[in-house]
Amino acid sequence: MMSTPNMNAPSPKTHAIDVSAALERKAGQESDQSASSTCLATKNLNLYYGATQALMNVSVQIPRQRVTAFIGPSGCGKSTLLRCFNRMNDLVDNCRIEGKVLLDNDDIYDRSVKVALLRRRVGMVFQKPNPFPKSIYDNVAYGLRIMNVNDKRTLDDTVERALRGAALWDEVKDRLNANGLSLSGGQQQRLVIARAIALEPEVLLLDEPCSALDPIATAKVEELLYELKDRFTIVIVTHNMQQAARVSDYTAFMHMGEMIEFADTNTFFTQPKNERTSDYITGRFG
Amino acid sequence: MKEWVNSGKPWIWGTAGGLALALVMVFGVLWLTAARGLIYFWPSQVVETTFIEKDGSKVRLIGEIKEREEVAVRRLVESGFKIPGDEKFTTRYLLKLGNRDVSGFDFKWYPEPLLTDMTYPKDILTVERHEWGNFYGHLKSVKENGVVVAEGEAAIAELDKRVERARKLFYEIFRTEKHDIGNINYELEQLRLKQRKLELDGKFDEAAKQDLQKQREVSDARFADIQARLEKLRTDIARDSLSAEVMDGRIVDVPLAKVSEVYRSNAMGLFDKIGFYFSKLYAFGTEDPREANTEGGIFPAIFGTVMMVILMSIMVMPLGVMAAIYMREYAGHGPLIRIIRIAVNNLAGVPSIVYGVFGLGFFIYFLGGNIDQLFFAESLPAPTFGSPGILWASLTLALLTLPVVIVATEEGLSRVPRSLREGSLALGATKAETLWLTVLPMTAPAMMTGLILAVARAAGETAPLMLVGVVKLAPSLPLDGYFPYLHLERQFMHLGFHIYDVGFQSPNVEAARPLVYATAFLLVLVIVVLNLAAVGLRNRLREKYRLLEGM
Repeated sequence: MMSTPNMNAPSPKTHAIDVSAALERKAGQESDQSASSTCLATKNLNLYYGATQALMNVSVQIPRQRVTAFIGPSGCGKSTLLRCFNRMNDLVDNCRIEGKVLLDNDDIYDRSVKVALLRRRVGMVFQKPNPFPKSIYDNVAYGLRIMNVNDKRTLDDTVERALRGAALWDEVKDRLNANGLSLSGGQQQRLVIARAIALEPEVLLLDEPCSALDPIATAKVEELLYELKDRFTIVIVTHNMQQAARVSDYTAFMHMGEMIEFADTNTFFTQPKNERTSDYITGRFG
Repeated sequence: MKEWVNSGKPWIWGTAGGLALALVMVFGVLWLTAARGLIYFWPSQVVETTFIEKDGSKVRLIGEIKEREEVAVRRLVESGFKIPGDEKFTTRYLLKLGNRDVSGFDFKWYPEPLLTDMTYPKDILTVERHEWGNFYGHLKSVKENGVVVAEGEAAIAELDKRVERARKLFYEIFRTEKHDIGNINYELEQLRLKQRKLELDGKFDEAAKQDLQKQREVSDARFADIQARLEKLRTDIARDSLSAEVMDGRIVDVPLAKVSEVYRSNAMGLFDKIGFYFSKLYAFGTEDPREANTEGGIFPAIFGTVMMVILMSIMVMPLGVMAAIYMREYAGHGPLIRIIRIAVNNLAGVPSIVYGVFGLGFFIYFLGGNIDQLFFAESLPAPTFGSPGILWASLTLALLTLPVVIVATEEGLSRVPRSLREGSLALGATKAETLWLTVLPMTAPAMMTGLILAVARAAGETAPLMLVGVVKLAPSLPLDGYFPYLHLERQFMHLGFHIYDVGFQSPNVEAARPLVYATAFLLVLVIVVLNLAAVGLRNRLREKYRLLEGM
């Protein structure tokens, strides 16, 4: 699935300077940028929608318990790549894949892999908040109930932990039985994150999680990502370069289905190696 | 003018006019059936008048004025009436004379100028009888075993008392015949079937024969008991009679055993009439029909209609919903599935009688016939499921309404946002789990819409039912106290068919006409109630997902 063009995403042209400011701020927060082991990797990944090739020979290694951001212009294949990691592309009728996607060095496209189990290990948050039309509690407990966890105590504990983890507990603890759809957009997105982390996945995929949110809600979600990366490997697709600079440890730039550049975020934004990358981050195209 | 056209006003007026016309028609239908049907239960005045016959002789008439209409005097003159005066038009009345057994006709038209001395004597008695329709006359006396016990003013009080007694006895006889004798018939039938089954299995030996014989004797003895009791009740009820002077001056005796109600409508006050009205209305809704459906109530028809619709819903919903789920969720988008979808949509347009023919040929003759061969061999050649019955009628209507349910459910499934399905799948749910936990609950309101449409169509359907299970008069309801309680093989009565039967197949058209309206009104009422129930259910479900509308 191609990432949809987003009219709300701030144009990089006007924000090129803000990016460096964001990086400076982040440098103060983080001193330890030691290399960590690889969690997710792709090897020579090609993906076709019918006759159209959407990913071209993509090889990338995503480090464990770090935030990795995919940026690039609309239609560059960043969402498609993200959806390879939990096999969401399986739902697309004429989608075909070549190459390998490895989670902890196991090929997730192997025949023996159970897709449902894989998706429990690799959670996903979508562009538009999509809580189920059920109570807040039932939304968070959804994944557990599928796993046949029906013990009331366990469910209560997990729901509370997940909502606390998603920084939503204090706002909803008195109305856990209210419909999830009655929350505001930002709260809904955090509810969806809570729903995903209730399953304790290894990886959390976020597909432009803030593009439908206002700036305050966006700030809250970004703050949340910063807290969550201690526990999860996070991969985020974003249109917003400032956001990539603010939240990510590593950034990857994609263009026309190709992985152009992958580096740690500081290096990526300050010393881009590829000309196309520098053109994009300085706002010359995109 | 052109400006006026361009302003769009004619368009607004045109559309509003269309709506107004539609509303007028809907209200017209309701008003006509309600007014014509509901007035039937109001106790009308009984008029006594003198009519001048064509040959100049005078006859006394007693009856209710049922209708009046304008008629050209010339037409009356041509048919032999001598109308005085030189008016061009005059009125004629339709009189319900009753006393069908005495005078031979029930209803007759009379021109107004030939009716003289119209009076409404308070002592005219209306007698509703179990057979032969109404009886009108001046009460003369009340008799016990042919001996007068009360006369004149005292007679009416005495009559009320005795009618009450006769009514109790009548009810007692009715219950004995229906339940006690019904029970014994049921036992005997079971014994016969048992014997037949043993014979078919080749196990009918001497011991079994004696055993059955013994049981049969027990039943027979009880039957004789009940017969004796009935005999006594019948003599009891035959004790009293009333005698009254009818319009041609004769004194006629009416045995109270035949009387269901007596009243003097001319003497009734407004509140008496209102009370009488509602008791009549209640009886109409709760009693069995009498006199070839032209008298009494229509309870079995209401019961049959509602029960058939419920059975139909139970059958069509799982079938339609499952078919829709397969088509929308699993079958893909190939040309074959597109052809199937078009075929399903077109099925909704097949004339209902065709479904009736199919139901008769496939369900009754083929399926029912085979079921009889396999499971009810002992009662053959009398068919059990091999003849029209409520099961086959419901199944035929389920087939008829299946496309509606499929289309509505598919529509609902396609409206569940993709993002929600993905959200569920991303949490590790399988496709089936996603369906059960997220998609189907959200489709429930659409399924209910399908059910509403199905009920609306099925409840009013008549033509196919005539082939697959509806009858003019069903001896017993499809649900009763005998094992297995729900008798799916039984024929049943239906309001739609009842209207047709009463209106067009009745021996007494004039008497039946108000019943046609009343039954039609009740049918509309039943459909409205069934629909409201389904709509209420849907709205409750929809409320649950109301917030989703914004997504």
